[in-house]
Amino acid sequence: MNELNRRNFLLRAGTGLSAAWVSANWPALLSAATHAQNAAKAATPPKFEFFTPEEAVEIEAITARIIPTDDTPGAREAGVVYFIDRSLATFGADDQKTYREGLPDLQARVKEMFPSVSKFSGLAAEQQDKVLHSFDESSNATRRAFRARPVAQNFFETLRQHTIAGFLIDPDYGGNHDGVGWKLIGREREHVFQAPFGYYDKYYPGWQPVVKEADEK
Amino acid sequence: MMVDQPHYKTSDEVDFVIIGSGAAGGILAKELSTNGFRVVVLEQGPYLTEADFNHNEIEVLAQDKLTNHPKLQPNTFRRTPDEKAKPQRAVLYGRCVGGTSVHFTANFWRFHEIDFVERTKNGPIAGTGLMDWPITYADLEPYYTKVEWEIGVSGLAGASPFDPPRSKPYPMPPLPAKSSGVIFEWAARKLGWHPFPAPMAILSQPRPGRSACINCGFCLGFGCEVGAKSSSLATVIRMAERTGRCEIRPNSYVHRIETDASGRAVGAVYFDEKRDTHLQNAKAVVVCANGAETPRLLLLSANKQFPHGLANSSGLVGKYLMINSGGVVTGQFEHPLNDYKGFAVSRVLHDFYELDPQEVGFYGGGGLDARFDFTPISFANGGLPPGTPRWGKDFKAALADGFNRTMEIFCHGTSLPLENNSFSLDPDLRDAWGLPALRLTYKDHPDDLKLGNWMFDRAHEIFAAANAQKSWSFPAREQQFAVHLLGTCRMGNDPKTSVINSDHRTHDVKNLFLCDGSSLVTSGRGQPTMTIEALAFRAADRITALAKRGEISA
Repeated sequence: MNELNRRNFLLRAGTGLSAAWVSANWPALLSAATHAQNAAKAATPPKFEFFTPEEAVEIEAITARIIPTDDTPGAREAGVVYFIDRSLATFGADDQKTYREGLPDLQARVKEMFPSVSKFSGLAAEQQDKVLHSFDESSNATRRAFRARPVAQNFFETLRQHTIAGFLIDPDYGGNHDGVGWKLIGREREHVFQAPFGYYDKYYPGWQPVVKEADEK
Repeated sequence: MMVDQPHYKTSDEVDFVIIGSGAAGGILAKELSTNGFRVVVLEQGPYLTEADFNHNEIEVLAQDKLTNHPKLQPNTFRRTPDEKAKPQRAVLYGRCVGGTSVHFTANFWRFHEIDFVERTKNGPIAGTGLMDWPITYADLEPYYTKVEWEIGVSGLAGASPFDPPRSKPYPMPPLPAKSSGVIFEWAARKLGWHPFPAPMAILSQPRPGRSACINCGFCLGFGCEVGAKSSSLATVIRMAERTGRCEIRPNSYVHRIETDASGRAVGAVYFDEKRDTHLQNAKAVVVCANGAETPRLLLLSANKQFPHGLANSSGLVGKYLMINSGGVVTGQFEHPLNDYKGFAVSRVLHDFYELDPQEVGFYGGGGLDARFDFTPISFANGGLPPGTPRWGKDFKAALADGFNRTMEIFCHGTSLPLENNSFSLDPDLRDAWGLPALRLTYKDHPDDLKLGNWMFDRAHEIFAAANAQKSWSFPAREQQFAVHLLGTCRMGNDPKTSVINSDHRTHDVKNLFLCDGSSLVTSGRGQPTMTIEALAFRAADRITALAKRGEISA
């Protein structure tokens, strides 16, 4: 999938844009090709590396409440559980403990709140939300990407952030399967854009010096 | 893209060792090597190039691919000197060849005349260290022009009635107006104000080996894959390499400047990638490590002769830190702006650059810009209106609804220089190399907070005039996290109230020069990089002149 996008970029660079642009961009084209290769290596794994299949079912059920499936795809369709699994097995290994300890805690809470059910995935959606609300600290954890991140945070908050990341990351990097997250928010999957970009700049005539106030009326 | 470089031995006494390869270090490397000097640049971060840059929000933003890493280099923070500092991430800067210029927004305003003479014009402010610069705007003007032409800055001369005089137009036209910029321009003009096309260090036209901006949308925080962002990496570093006299040595973490019995600097001591220690000998040392790491390095270099740190006879190394005030006001509109496309900023407003303290009741001034600097994940974490659920059906709906209809007005303002606000060495916490960690002490002056809130009100007025569906902001709060790192080794004529003179030479060590955000005397209005780069071009001229007159060598 990511291959396609990169290929579009390369094709576009070769045909839709001027020869001068292409020559000026030669290093960039090489760079994009490298990206495509890297991305191919980073394809979604067919098997879970960190979660057991049973854990994966539970984690996926939680992600599906964080970004639910309704008339549009949600975390489930975006393959968020695969993204998280791969993260924990690789760059996100620091969070392994949070998951190893957090999931049993959550299951214990399920039994406490709904004694007849043993697993989160066995609850109805409304019951699942009740369990998650009982963990949600509603803290202002990460406001902006450049703000300091808290050192430690609870399992639900970690999973919430990972779900958002797995849903909205550039599909080249192992989440957001088929770009469903970007489709939802209206972000086109192109590598190159040209003005006009939106509704308000479509008919913008270009910058004009300010008209004298007397002329304005 | 890497050009063959000379490989100097550490025992070679090169003419200059430059510490840091960012906005200032890159320019000094280019200028000094072009002027015939043998130069080694020691950069603590890796040498990444266009092929290494990508759109991976997790790797780049969350895992600090281009920036200082909180695990390797932890910080502590406290509000005032009587508090015990607590470990928390307190500073962010670029840690790669090109430094912070690799990932910056590229807003490239010049300072105005007032920034250099504010104390004389408005009088002293009790309890602050507000001081005039030893140089004026007129001294720096040729160097601002040089920055624009050498690295490539797009913009429109004469578009802002508040702009200071300039000797030459911009080398290329402004980038296109985004929807955020068009809305901002229309509404601000309705209010009688004077918005203008943003001067940006991003190419609107190609230059040899560099593309014009392709509007990919991963700009602030990311390295540019096509060399359109005029970072030191894409520009001056490569020019320096082409002289054949400049070696860029990445993964070299300088932690001491060595001095001899006569009190002269003899070179820089650094850890290489394997953590082996080396001393690079040099006739002179130029520190461009940024407003946090430059003072830290001077403090780390304390020895018997300089017990309080190198070049610190004033006791001011690390002090008078200014990180700029302000913040963001966000708004939503009826139709799609699709502002995720392109660079961040397309319109700026300077009507409030110089406020009258008598009229508004506080010191300061600022600039507003129209922007969208979110990427999809960062938008989900910080771009939604207050009160939006943090997960579930309504969260998802807000994401779908808001992403392409949102824009921001960023309010950038002054910070007053206060002696307590500082970078210093933490007495307890150590970094991964065993060196004392950076400790930030910071408490905003009340006027800085008043200014922030005052500017937020103006931004809300713009959103109201633009018929935004809604706009929101959060009251200005005391800051605990520094990105703009200014004033910590400031320039001045008096060795008692400053660290360097107007040649960027330290008052105490004749062959030690400092040039970066630490050199600034006042904070400007929130966009310091252009001025840091102009200072670097000027410093290179001054240092070259001194060297040619034989005034640097022993």
